[in-house]
Amino acid sequence: MSASGFHGMATLDETADRTMILNMGPQHPSTHGVLRLLLEIDGENVVRMMPDIGYLHTGIEKTCEAKFYQQVVPLTDRIDYLCPMTNNLCYVLAVEKLLGLEPPPRAQWIRVMLNELTRIASHLVWLGTHALDIGAMTVFLYCFREREDILRLFEMVSGQRMMTSYFRIGGLALEPPLGFFERAKKFAKIFPSRVDEYEGLLTGNPIWIERLKGVAKLSAEDAMGLGVTGPALRASGVDWDLRRDMPYSAYPSFKFKVPVGSDGDVWTRYVLRVQELRESIGIVQQALDGMPEGPIKADAPKVVLPEREKMKTQMEALIYHFKIVTEGFAVPEGEVYQAVESPRGEMGYFVVSDGTAKPYRVHMRSPSFANLQCLETMCKGRLLADVVAAIGSIDIVLGEIDR
Amino acid sequence: MALDPAIGGIEALKQRPAVARLLAWNAEAVKDAKHDHGELTIVIDRPFLRDACAFLQQEPGLNFNFLSDLTCVDRYPLEPRFEVIYHLLSHSQKQRLRLKVKLEGDDPSVESLTSLWPGANLFEREVFDLFGVRFLGHPDLKRVLMPEDWDGHPLRKDYPVEGYR
Repeated sequence: MSASGFHGMATLDETADRTMILNMGPQHPSTHGVLRLLLEIDGENVVRMMPDIGYLHTGIEKTCEAKFYQQVVPLTDRIDYLCPMTNNLCYVLAVEKLLGLEPPPRAQWIRVMLNELTRIASHLVWLGTHALDIGAMTVFLYCFREREDILRLFEMVSGQRMMTSYFRIGGLALEPPLGFFERAKKFAKIFPSRVDEYEGLLTGNPIWIERLKGVAKLSAEDAMGLGVTGPALRASGVDWDLRRDMPYSAYPSFKFKVPVGSDGDVWTRYVLRVQELRESIGIVQQALDGMPEGPIKADAPKVVLPEREKMKTQMEALIYHFKIVTEGFAVPEGEVYQAVESPRGEMGYFVVSDGTAKPYRVHMRSPSFANLQCLETMCKGRLLADVVAAIGSIDIVLGEIDR
Repeated sequence: MALDPAIGGIEALKQRPAVARLLAWNAEAVKDAKHDHGELTIVIDRPFLRDACAFLQQEPGLNFNFLSDLTCVDRYPLEPRFEVIYHLLSHSQKQRLRLKVKLEGDDPSVESLTSLWPGANLFEREVFDLFGVRFLGHPDLKRVLMPEDWDGHPLRKDYPVEGYR
């Protein structure tokens, strides 16, 4: 392909006479965003593959350095727009670690519950679009029906369906409104039967099985070397989940199974994610049953914004509010790496503080960025049509790849 | 969650397995160590980085088999200016370890880890793209997030947040 010099676009050259370069994306519907793949193909077989990314790069890491610590939270939503709560959680946990601040149990339980709902919402988008890519259109409509229920729950707590920014350093923005828990309970009760519905459409479907089984295999050794995490790593037989193995927030209080596969193909990744849907709703149910009472914000007047009511009656509260909003709050010097298990794998925030009110450096280790690297190993020597199945199976989000 | 005081210096941390093993392997390679917020950081001398990682990866009892993250911090105008940060993870020990290499501003280069972890590829390209740190022995070191004909390295501290207009 001779696109060299055109706005510095990446190019690839043929290595043999019989091969050709095929440009897939960045507007291809099955690349889940703006991923551009340069494929060298020999007939219908993939010889080489080079992902070209950066189309969504907005410099979020740079922007963070110019914001107060609390102003970074809305930016974290926009990294992985399918799981905003996971990003919120990871960032606030990192800053809380720097501050030595522990939010009250109720805040932590609500965080875990919302994180699991986020996982379900994210997996539903994955399942719907993955099936759509492979040609099973109906599933998409069913998945988005339940996702809509979850987005309504998010709207109840945060006023936003997608860019929630609901978690705050030291707790939550607001107490969930009246009727929220009832609605969540209703959803938790009905959801397992809905998973059966999706499975009824797909799991026994001969076309679905044919397109998924044995396709785009990845060995455990390759997966570890390439930095793959999340369901894609577990599908290759590595039993590793940060929620269980390096627990954070309130996860030690919950009981759940971590589904692990062994074949490392697209089918196993599908099966594991569907099982994760069931485990996640189990965690939501446990959170709803055992939700502790109490405050939702830590008692740290210099960091956490005061109650609206107190601001109107107490001078101190008004002063703290003014200071936090105008000057931010200083975070002690240091650096932390906080990782959480996002729906896609290890989401890590590396926050460096120089003792001022603005972070010196915020780095996001996004799971999709690392997972993208396994695509070539998965697709080499396979048919072009399997590339679509492979991309869907690693569940990438370009927002967090490019940041 | 009260803050534990930070422990600094090789002397104070030489009982920790990772520090002790590295010291026994090559005392010259370890420049400094720090334990803060429950996280252990070891500063490695630049020429020994790749070998130190290979040692940590293979040494039984440590098994830092997974490279979680690779990034960089610019300490401009201080020298050495760049800190390249490696977050290693041991699945069997359930532990993390942060390695740090300090690089001077006039020659920011360090050996690539792609031969140990192929997954370092994109991370190193990102650091090269946004900080201008070169990774020696990297198979395909070119820009990844910015266009290939871009001038400058946006995450350096002397690069304005609004960019150059």
